[in-house]
Amino acid sequence: MSAIPWGETKLVQGNEAVALGALAAGIDFFAGYPITPSTEVAEILAREMPLIGKKWIQMEDEIASISAIIGGSLAGGRSMTATSGPGFSLMQEGLGYACMTEVPLVLVNVMRGGPSTGLPTQVAQGDVMQARWGTHGDHPAIVLAPSDVKECFDLTITAFNLAEEFRTPVILMPDEVIGHMREKLTFPKEEEVCITPPSSPDVPLEWYEHYHTSATGVSPMAHFGSGYRFHVTGLTHDTHGFPTRKVDEVISKMNRLKQKITRRLDILENNMLHEVEESKIVIFCYGSVYRSALAAQKILAKQRKKVGIFRPVTIWPFPDRTVKEMLDSKDVILVPELNQGQIIHEVERLTSDSVRVVPLHRYDGYEITPEQLVAAVLEVI
Amino acid sequence: MPARLPYTYKYLRSKKKFPHVWCPGCGIGIVMGSIIRAIDSLGWELDDILMVSGIGCTSRMPVYVDFNTLHTTHGRALAFGTGAKMANPKLKVLAVMGDGDSMAIGGNHIIHAARRNIDITAIIVNNNNYGMTGGQFSPTTPQGAKTSTTPYGMIEPDFDVCKLTEAAGANFVARGDVYHVVELDGIIKSALSSSGFSVVEALSPCPTNFGRANRQGDAVNMMELLKNNTINIAQAAKLPKDKTEGKTVRGVFVNRDEIGYIERYQQLCDRVSSGVKK
Repeated sequence: MSAIPWGETKLVQGNEAVALGALAAGIDFFAGYPITPSTEVAEILAREMPLIGKKWIQMEDEIASISAIIGGSLAGGRSMTATSGPGFSLMQEGLGYACMTEVPLVLVNVMRGGPSTGLPTQVAQGDVMQARWGTHGDHPAIVLAPSDVKECFDLTITAFNLAEEFRTPVILMPDEVIGHMREKLTFPKEEEVCITPPSSPDVPLEWYEHYHTSATGVSPMAHFGSGYRFHVTGLTHDTHGFPTRKVDEVISKMNRLKQKITRRLDILENNMLHEVEESKIVIFCYGSVYRSALAAQKILAKQRKKVGIFRPVTIWPFPDRTVKEMLDSKDVILVPELNQGQIIHEVERLTSDSVRVVPLHRYDGYEITPEQLVAAVLEVI
Repeated sequence: MPARLPYTYKYLRSKKKFPHVWCPGCGIGIVMGSIIRAIDSLGWELDDILMVSGIGCTSRMPVYVDFNTLHTTHGRALAFGTGAKMANPKLKVLAVMGDGDSMAIGGNHIIHAARRNIDITAIIVNNNNYGMTGGQFSPTTPQGAKTSTTPYGMIEPDFDVCKLTEAAGANFVARGDVYHVVELDGIIKSALSSSGFSVVEALSPCPTNFGRANRQGDAVNMMELLKNNTINIAQAAKLPKDKTEGKTVRGVFVNRDEIGYIERYQQLCDRVSSGVKK
């Protein structure tokens, strides 16, 4: 029995595709708290997971939800939660703990208007910087932003795989438009889906270090109850997981947390480029805005005006090198965002003064339309 | 109890994690000893036990014991423990928390853990204040008591840990203290053997902060206060009311046999999956 219509083509909602992607990735444990516009993810999993003996629980709040999935992941379950804006803020505590203790998990944040309660049912991309820097202290961040329903499915599987691969939380951030839209989705065949199996150490019990220093910065993780007994703490710790304040051990831990991402950027980087090389004007966008950019590109092409599109699918870590290489020679980079300007600062940071980086903000709860983008491009030509 | 010491070492990460962080005269180590003796008498395997904690003096306990150990964020031990228990129900999950950790910042989690009747044993070391941060008042600081944040005396009423968790639905609720340690061993053993959510409140002195602020004398004096100011539930029943007034009652208050959450969830899975065509 499977909830996933393998190989079939269906009309599917974005949030539904996230839930089905989680099932395809072999999710063992989901904990969550109801919040618009992410609730469908929890609802679909509440229906499907008990049918196959998987664990699902609605906790008393978002802090408890992320705490529960960290516990679940440490006990050997592939774990996920789903939330939105205010819930994402509450989850920052647990997110930082999971980064520090290097626990794989998937956090889905369907972006709605903020700050605070904001616009619960409407679209925004205001959590982009919070996803990078929301929890206190220096920490790694892997954040994926789908732009269509198919990607909601695929990137959820990717998120589970990257979480295992890097032993860190992975955040999937569809904006509300992507989470709630319905479109045609052709599911892969079951055998086409690649799942990174959970790691497990092969050393004798007494040799096990929970944070062993390896070439990649990531070592196989044992689980509670597996016979490897280890300690986990949010305090800065040594390779065995015990608290330390020794300068060399603190530096080693902090460097490894950073370098496990920076040394393998090639695995994480994922950009979609459309006519970037041959265009002097490029639209830099992500999430639902990308869909409007594709439409705008077509409209402009009919007017014999060439515009490229650069879209990071992985928004954190930011594709620094590629942006510098490909965009620093452009005349204009238009950065449309459903916020008052967040990712634009990264683009500005990586381009010379000779490049005009032009913002296009929308933060009234509605999407950026192709017409808006066309008008913005015509203005800067 | 010196004769019992040799096997106690089996449970300790004795090679490099000692000395511990607790102040002289603190009772948390005594509670740790009780937990170890209770587990030993149950014959549980080290590999099967998960000790989870939050933040604070009590929550440092997991470093010292050779179980699977998880030192989490402030107040969240039960939420982490709930997830671990669901993902691997074979784990015997034990949450150790202080009064501030479990009753203030973790107050939401403990009432829902009790309501859900999740199969975890919560051991709450109540020393009436936040010890680690320097003796601020907690939800169990008695009215009138002085702490670093109630220099003129505590004006808020306090929580009764046992009544709160009983009302919220815990299967097993009991109170002991670190003076009556043999009794505490037995209470913890009963709590660990209980299904569903079980709670043990262990009264314990904090001579460094609470004791000093309230002129309760040294650690020995504070132990005598526990000896004189508490009474066993069975003894209390035999005495007239005026003889027990002002004394804190120790003993088992609730011992229900409701089905725990893990079993209930499994029943749900069995029920819904049996109706599904393969």
